[in-house]
Amino acid sequence: MEWALSDYFILVILAVFVNNILLAQFLGNCPFLGTSKNMDTALGMAMSVTFVMVLAGTISWMVHKFLLIPYELEYLQTLTFILVIAALVQLVEMFLQKSVPTIYRSLGIFLPLITTNCAVLGVAIINIKEDYTFLQTLIFDFSSAVGFGIALILFAGLRERFALLKIPKPFDGTAIGLVTAGLIALAFYGFKGMVG
Amino acid sequence: MRIVQEFTKGLWNELPPFRLVLGLCPVLAVTTAAKNGLGMGLATTFVLICSNTLVSMMRNIIPSKVRIAAFIVIIATFVVAVELLMQAYVYSLYQQLGIFIPLIVVNCIILGRAEAFASKNSVMLSIADGLGMGLGFTASLTLLGGIRELIGTGQLFGFSVMSAHYEPFAFMVKAPGAFICLGILLAVMNYISMQSKA
Repeated sequence: MEWALSDYFILVILAVFVNNILLAQFLGNCPFLGTSKNMDTALGMAMSVTFVMVLAGTISWMVHKFLLIPYELEYLQTLTFILVIAALVQLVEMFLQKSVPTIYRSLGIFLPLITTNCAVLGVAIINIKEDYTFLQTLIFDFSSAVGFGIALILFAGLRERFALLKIPKPFDGTAIGLVTAGLIALAFYGFKGMVG
Repeated sequence: MRIVQEFTKGLWNELPPFRLVLGLCPVLAVTTAAKNGLGMGLATTFVLICSNTLVSMMRNIIPSKVRIAAFIVIIATFVVAVELLMQAYVYSLYQQLGIFIPLIVVNCIILGRAEAFASKNSVMLSIADGLGMGLGFTASLTLLGGIRELIGTGQLFGFSVMSAHYEPFAFMVKAPGAFICLGILLAVMNYISMQSKA
């Protein structure tokens, strides 16, 4: 089936807001809670995830299409994808270190962490599950990453203010973070009405 | 004695999702019902025990430079096994958990235990550690799933337990409810710890 331009637009809106990868699908919550304590780390993480997610999504799509399907090895999907992601992260890290050291320094510690970010693997699997074409994969991956970034940066902005507040002792730390995330998720839940 | 210690620490002191705050994605996503939480927990426990055993057995062979990659391959192998087993024997549960079965690969608890424990300890201790952590994880998932199912639908394990007049509070089984419910549970646990320490 041919996709009209408006279908792509809906795909973007769905991925960024309605099915937000962090708040509606619960993928990538470890870095969400771990790296959102201040704005700079959140920005670094959002950028690294965007970069790796788009690359990993498209490359694993190609691996699936041109390697796994012709040799009927679809059951190895999980194993192959995680290897692709791990290798890719390693490669990106070496490449950045050599050629763009400024970006490397600012992303630094986040890159290796992305290997175990389930949002990246999750998106790669969703691409295959939904039977996306190459273009759809590219757009979906990028918009999912943008959704991830928006949620992470919003959350970091809120979390920076916690330092100024008096929080009940048992709620201090992760507990209040989770409740806040729930309230942001509730706001994003409202977007469900946009695309019926 | 040490084995018992390693086993029990996963059940309270280092209870995975609450104390270590690791592996939250499946905790939030699949706990819409007690049964899903239990199934996910058991699948994770299986992978955790197997990977801990194998990592511990091979801890002297794997060069430390490529250890993370080696661990991931070991974990992924067992995840594929679980995936195929669940597809064969509990297909409806497999469909319910969906994408989160393959995502056990990137559950930080498993890689975390491989790196922090199994790669440094003997096989027996690693099995005890895996079993304890896995059961702690399963119990937390089932508890969270139970609470959300009870409040959100008035059922428990699919059976109606609330009186007919109970109006289900559907918010709890939706996405935002997961975060808030887990946050409150975490606070309750912190509170209990603080009380027992004082």
